[in-house]
Amino acid sequence: MSARSWKFGLSITVAALWCLAAQAQEVAEYKVVNGGIPTPLTGERGSPQRGKAVAVNSHQGNCIICHHIPIHEVPSGAFGNLGPSLAGVAARLTEPELRLRIVDFKALHPETIMPAYHRVTDLRQVHSTYRGKPILSAREVEDLVAFLLTLKEPAK
Amino acid sequence: VTVPTDRSMPKRRGAKHAGWNAAALIGVLLGLPPGASPVRSQPDDLSAYISGDRRSGYTFLTPETRALQNDEFGNPGMLWVEHGSELWNASVGPEGRSCATCHEQAKLSMRGVAARYPAYDEGSRRVINLEQRINLCRAERQGLEPFAYESRELLGITAFVANQSRGMPVAVSTGGAAAASFGRGRDLFYTRIGQLDLGCSNCHEDHVGSRLRGEPISQGQINGFPVYRQLWQTLGSAHRMFAWCNEAVRAEPFALGSQDYVDLELFAKSRANGLPIETPGVRR
Repeated sequence: MSARSWKFGLSITVAALWCLAAQAQEVAEYKVVNGGIPTPLTGERGSPQRGKAVAVNSHQGNCIICHHIPIHEVPSGAFGNLGPSLAGVAARLTEPELRLRIVDFKALHPETIMPAYHRVTDLRQVHSTYRGKPILSAREVEDLVAFLLTLKEPAK
Repeated sequence: VTVPTDRSMPKRRGAKHAGWNAAALIGVLLGLPPGASPVRSQPDDLSAYISGDRRSGYTFLTPETRALQNDEFGNPGMLWVEHGSELWNASVGPEGRSCATCHEQAKLSMRGVAARYPAYDEGSRRVINLEQRINLCRAERQGLEPFAYESRELLGITAFVANQSRGMPVAVSTGGAAAASFGRGRDLFYTRIGQLDLGCSNCHEDHVGSRLRGEPISQGQINGFPVYRQLWQTLGSAHRMFAWCNEAVRAEPFALGSQDYVDLELFAKSRANGLPIETPGVRR
């Protein structure tokens, strides 16, 4: 094997390992305790302000496609009603419970229509654009949890 | 001056234009608001679009969109039907045969055909859909290359043929030689796929009538296809709709015209057995 092809082979291997490492980082490790995930996926709490954007943006959480959420900037006709209203959700669920419901609600209810927003296993025929990637990053999950925790008032 | 148009959209014929304008003029004379025609102001009876617990996508539309479908001159899908009518009568290929050479008057010979497709084809030894039946005829009887899937030509001739069955109840066979295809299609309908991990049934069976953002979820009936979809600004096949939905759940779509989609089309069409053929339907 020539020095040149040896070097080429090595660089391919390094690139492959780097890709694997990058993919592994896409999904945070977490522990489920009593129907919740007690520790933030990123090790720190998120931003409610960014979390509101995650809830609304169709390329992020897109929560409003199925849920009503008290967000004044969004016209009332723009919410879906497949899932329950999230008004007052912080009074009904704890922070760890909210986190697990976003990360992988199917761990609690396997038949639910709600996607697992931070899981890449047990999926099939995923579009090449999204293969190996969770719907929401660990940081986006934490931002969303932080936002949902502000929704303490029940629906009027 | 160049006018940007969808390349797949056939040109409007002058006569139809005049017809539409005449309808609008009558509307003005009757004191109807601009854009309304006498046809559109008629009350809408939905009972023809419901069979037992089966409801055409038509019943989930706004009254305005339903009126557009009903209006022979305003329905944009009729442009493709017209184009298909021209193709039906065009003598082509080495022997100069048109569809009409063998099938004569489509309104007689093609009536009811679309209601039975997809169907098992002995020669192909598999279930084929209407588009593929037309392309087989084109290859075997006219000696020509098949039309590309989703081309203006294939959409046009398919819409024209299906339009001859308008109002007739869908009646596809799911047993016998079609049973294997039907079973595969049913599996596809109930299999969750994509990053969002959703099967057709999760929305179109379990959550019919609920709203996604502002839009109601239909039963996913395909009795109106090919349909003019307002989002696309063009006519589209059932396979294009399947691919669109697959991509919406972030799944890798199958190829248009693939056996996977033909199988799914057979299962989906069987769910519409009893509902009327509406081609060209108009959908959001």
